[in-house]
Amino acid sequence: MSKKTYATPLLDQLEKGPFPSFVTEIKRAAKRSDASNDLLGILERCYNDKKTHWKHGGIVGVRGYGGGVIGRYSDVPEEYPGCAHFHTVRVNQTSGFFYTSKALNDICDVWDKYGSGLTNLHGSTGDLVLLGTNTDALEPIFAELSSRGWDLGGSGSAMRTPSCCVGPARCEWSMIDTLDINHELTQAFQDELHRPAFPYKFKIKTAGCGVDCIASVARADLSLVGTWKGDIQIDQAEVANYAKAGMNIQAEIVDMCPTGCISYDGKAIKIDNANCSRCMHCIAKMTKALRPGKERGATILVGAKAPFVIGALMSHVIVPFMPLEPPYDNLKDLITKMWEWWDEHGKNRERIGELIVRRGMREFLEHMELDPIPQMVFEPRRDPFYFWTEDELK
Amino acid sequence: MSDALPERQTDIGPPDYKQFLPPVVAKNYGKWKYHERISNAMMVHVGESGDKCYTVRAASPRLISTDFIRDLTKMADKHCGGFLRFTTRNNVEFLVDDENKAKALEKDLRDAGYMLGGIGDTISNVVHTQGWVHCHSAATDASGLVKVLMDEFADYFTGKKGLPARVRLAVACCTNMCGAVHCSDIAVVGIHRKPPRINDEEVKKACEVPSTIASCPTGAISPNPAAKSVKIKEDKCMYCGNCYSVCPALPISDPENDGVAVVVGGKIGSLRSNPKFSKLVIPFLKNNPPRWPEVTAAFRNILTVYEQGARKHERLGEWVDRIGWEKFFALTKIPFTHQHIDDFTIARETFRASVAFKW
Repeated sequence: MSKKTYATPLLDQLEKGPFPSFVTEIKRAAKRSDASNDLLGILERCYNDKKTHWKHGGIVGVRGYGGGVIGRYSDVPEEYPGCAHFHTVRVNQTSGFFYTSKALNDICDVWDKYGSGLTNLHGSTGDLVLLGTNTDALEPIFAELSSRGWDLGGSGSAMRTPSCCVGPARCEWSMIDTLDINHELTQAFQDELHRPAFPYKFKIKTAGCGVDCIASVARADLSLVGTWKGDIQIDQAEVANYAKAGMNIQAEIVDMCPTGCISYDGKAIKIDNANCSRCMHCIAKMTKALRPGKERGATILVGAKAPFVIGALMSHVIVPFMPLEPPYDNLKDLITKMWEWWDEHGKNRERIGELIVRRGMREFLEHMELDPIPQMVFEPRRDPFYFWTEDELK
Repeated sequence: MSDALPERQTDIGPPDYKQFLPPVVAKNYGKWKYHERISNAMMVHVGESGDKCYTVRAASPRLISTDFIRDLTKMADKHCGGFLRFTTRNNVEFLVDDENKAKALEKDLRDAGYMLGGIGDTISNVVHTQGWVHCHSAATDASGLVKVLMDEFADYFTGKKGLPARVRLAVACCTNMCGAVHCSDIAVVGIHRKPPRINDEEVKKACEVPSTIASCPTGAISPNPAAKSVKIKEDKCMYCGNCYSVCPALPISDPENDGVAVVVGGKIGSLRSNPKFSKLVIPFLKNNPPRWPEVTAAFRNILTVYEQGARKHERLGEWVDRIGWEKFFALTKIPFTHQHIDDFTIARETFRASVAFKW
């Protein structure tokens, strides 16, 4: 069958300009793949019609798994037969997105043989996404990938592929071993990842510090964020070097400290550590002079999600400080316990953050056997409407 | 690759990350002392050991071919012992342990046409979704918007222009928001403006009525027992499209009325101020592919006013918190409309209960 050639005057305009072009990438893949060639055609059509030409996913997947593949079909299959099926395979990425050439080339070999040759590095949740193949190719792809040590990521009402920041691999601020925690959790909960059995999706993201490069507080049902106890370590000689190099320490550090706990007398910095909220501003701006305190652990937060259905939520604190050392049994127990409650009470398509809003923090905390503490809220309630149990009345 | 399939394995999880760490990373793992930004394209991390790890960062469009990946791996083979990594914002990073190696690497990357940058107070790469390339619920394209925005702001990525603080951009092609639009400095989200159309025959065949009703945040959907379908109270519908995700027989896509909204002022880190949600500033811009000039102009306007007004290290949302939203709308000359005042779940929280405000 000779390859159809599509005129793509609209897409061609997206090959201009300094930023690397995804259209150029589709064209490169189209040289070898009918699917990518027809993708050019259908995408130009979407740009013309100003609407998507993809339908809802059907249920497709690999034997024994309930997720990891997103079914996708076009609504104009006769016109663009090469991408009539255009399923996505989510491959579980490595912790911290580190790879070797050999590992990536291996994946490319498999994908060139069985798929469109197009990928996302990476999808929003973190997976290495292989974009566009047909139903018949799924089992061979899985055999080829899994025999080379790769597994699929999550989809549907399951634990989604956990992801983490670069962490201790290349960041001096990482208070926890984000890569190891991420890897351990992914391995510990393989069943929950591959076989959807939850009310809805559950995302876990691990950030080494409050800078939160993985957006855990905005985007994960369970957010693990590294923090510390004890005094910020100060190297006054380096403080002097920053001043000498032109930093306005009063304006950039002292005045921008949200708790007003830093002072500077023109020579040395003083920090009132008891009043520091560990926000990371001063440390991030004076990387050579200031370092976090020495007792390290994580703040555990739950409940973030995008707007559907009750509006976007950010994760909120449930455990202010938890030491996290291998094999992280304390963390795994906490997660399992939270899932029990959500499983028991969650409605279909209800995220854990929404369930906490619906049934109240009290019930959640009691199930989790966590005592209420002020660190869990910005402020106490304003209304006078609250519950008492019989026990509390005694 | 032979034609006989190898034996499949299940539940093995991802490969151990340790085998993918470059030697300088493995050796200094958890023992880094500090880092310094050398340019938008390069930074150096220094270990307690005195070892140095130079990182050179290049832009990627995220939607990439295997050819693109093989080009990257060739570069990694030549300069980095075959190691490379990606960032949470879809950039590529090459790591080496020596300044001269880093310079040679940077030169090679530039010669090969890579766009280098994104380190420090920059506009880095855009977190985004699938759009018309792959998604059934997309109200706009994502990759196209990312491309035109990053073309527009390339100088802020590469370092020709600086900023008071980093400005995080995001694109989501519908309100499902698979991207981080709800907590970004400036972001765009695809929206619909008319209720879904009900195909009763298809609802009967393809949809579960109770879950369809439950998917509606405003209670606009009710059963239609006569047709074994649903009814939609159109004046309650906010066009979010969640019902379409649950029930394919309620198509909502509408080329005439779909478009994008612009939201600003979100952040994720806890530095200086708490994480913030993005807020609506432009309720609608039409879909104008392939280059969405109205969107890039709107972003440019907001960025320019921010650059002029913000203090050093102040994120966009922090700057607006300081000057007030009434001032933001005055400075940007963006019209304020009914759509800006919340009438969803947190409306009352957003009404100004104070007589202290600016003219």
